[in-house]
Amino acid sequence: MAKARAAAFVVLVLLAGACEARDASPAKSKRPDRFGIGRAATPQEIAAIDIDVNPAGAGLPEGQGTAATGALVYASKCAACHGPHGEGIDKNPKLIGKDPPAGFAFANDVKATKTIGNYWPYATTLYDYVHRAMPLTAPGSLTPDEIYGVVAFILSENGIAPATTVINKTSLPKVKMPAQSHFVTDNRKGGVEFK
Amino acid sequence: MTDQRDDNPKTLTRRALVRSAAVVASAAVATPIVRALAQQNAGPPVVEPLTDATKMSGLPTAALNARSAFEDPGQLPVGVLSGSSHTPLQALRGTITPSDLHFQRHHNGIAVLDPAKHTLTLHGLVDRPLTFSVDDIKRFPSTSRTCFVECAGNGRSAYRTPKPEMTPQDVDGLTSNSEWTGVSVSTLLREAGVKSGGTWVLAEGGDAAVLSRSIPMKKMLDDAIIAYAQNGEAVRPANGYPLRLVLPGYEGNMCIKWLRRLKVIDQPNMSRDETSKYTDPLPDGTARQFSFLMDAKSIITSPAFPEKLTQRGWWPITGLAWSGRGKISRVDVSTDGGKNWTEAELIGPSLSCAHVRFQHMWEWKGQQTQIMSRATDETGYAQPTLADFKRVRGTGTDYHYNSIRTWNVAADGAVTFGG
Repeated sequence: MAKARAAAFVVLVLLAGACEARDASPAKSKRPDRFGIGRAATPQEIAAIDIDVNPAGAGLPEGQGTAATGALVYASKCAACHGPHGEGIDKNPKLIGKDPPAGFAFANDVKATKTIGNYWPYATTLYDYVHRAMPLTAPGSLTPDEIYGVVAFILSENGIAPATTVINKTSLPKVKMPAQSHFVTDNRKGGVEFK
Repeated sequence: MTDQRDDNPKTLTRRALVRSAAVVASAAVATPIVRALAQQNAGPPVVEPLTDATKMSGLPTAALNARSAFEDPGQLPVGVLSGSSHTPLQALRGTITPSDLHFQRHHNGIAVLDPAKHTLTLHGLVDRPLTFSVDDIKRFPSTSRTCFVECAGNGRSAYRTPKPEMTPQDVDGLTSNSEWTGVSVSTLLREAGVKSGGTWVLAEGGDAAVLSRSIPMKKMLDDAIIAYAQNGEAVRPANGYPLRLVLPGYEGNMCIKWLRRLKVIDQPNMSRDETSKYTDPLPDGTARQFSFLMDAKSIITSPAFPEKLTQRGWWPITGLAWSGRGKISRVDVSTDGGKNWTEAELIGPSLSCAHVRFQHMWEWKGQQTQIMSRATDETGYAQPTLADFKRVRGTGTDYHYNSIRTWNVAADGAVTFGG
């Protein structure tokens, strides 16, 4: 009997232990504020890819160009796709064109073609985009002087900057694009109203 | 989709046979289908009766489980470097887009990137500029989200130049729905530490367009994901391998593929794609900028051109609905040109910023009519009619084409796109 009682006691203790284990909730997985994964980016490697230019001109490099120097670059690097006068060829966009007769009528006139002259709101975007993505077959291949020249040429042909203007990191952000005042921030909010 | 193959499951097109031939050849086992293929000659599509599959062994396993030779969905057009290729919406069921059918929009081709060499650099207004390898990214806690990615220009040709012979793929094939897995952008931003004034993030791709967009910091902290997986496997090259940004509900152009750089900035960069493109001219002479969210939209994918209702009686009207502002709360279907509407059934859960499939059983009595679908999201926003869309946005507007789509049903059962 004593043996049986002892055995029962052991069983009870074991059961109690089991209950205890069941009651204790498992530890929640913890996340630190920082994992420390990755490595410090060096200034050199950042500089190699930090190519964006903002409307204030941040990111523009040294160098310069005029419509005259840009005309030569345009003829050899751009005209094959965009046409000798920036008129666009096939799907390659038209670059040059002033306000359509009816003004900023793109929503009402399906034939109105957006160009740098009549639609682009910031001149700095021209440098940013030509530098990163043009020419299509050799993106990123133009030098700062070549890009400043092409930008000067396009601005001049669009009647936005005089042909004599020297385009560089100081003058480009100051070029006021005619379309800029037309841009408004999204006002859609969901809900029943369709805007 | 109804076409010859579906009408007659015992018919194999030549293209399908060629495809299955490649699969079978790798199996290196003679089977009845191999023999059938051996007899196959060049020429018009061939009818090849299959032998009784219960009376002989089937095919052995292969490394990749290819599609049935009877199924032949494909994106269109192919060969595009700068432009888009559409998902065949009419070929799909359920809500997930198979990864190899996810729509593509490239600005200078598909980048080929080695994941062992690719890096993502996070810099700008941060305490600690960091560079991550792809393996580094995968060490962070992962998150998964099923959501659509839709090109902001989806529906442009259906709006500008509608044609009766447009399929759902032609009309709205620039939307796809995937389970995306990766790391929350907020996790990486916490790792780098955002400085005060960091209100936007420039995201940039490592492709030949070096595509860049400015994204509000709030969105980046809210639910942005840097995805390395799509539907359970590595993101497909055309969808941004090895890393792409996914911004649930936002226009596809912002979901930068081949992501190489995130720069915390204090103002939008005004890159080409957020100024001269992806802005919406309006009839009042303004252009709407930063129109990131994709509004509620739906399209009937069946019956739709080139399908034909072959007999009177009950037919399912089914399609997809989605909204960038949250969940789809209801989809209504009209079978009388918009006079009367009936609430359709939503199949499965309606997830926020994801495709949901709707279904409405319709008894067609042989009448000529128009069928339409209208999605409403949880904000109460309902798809506008085409007339309202034209009035409010203008015939020449650009992007965010989400008006109610119409399919014409002729008395002979032919279905064509009605705008």
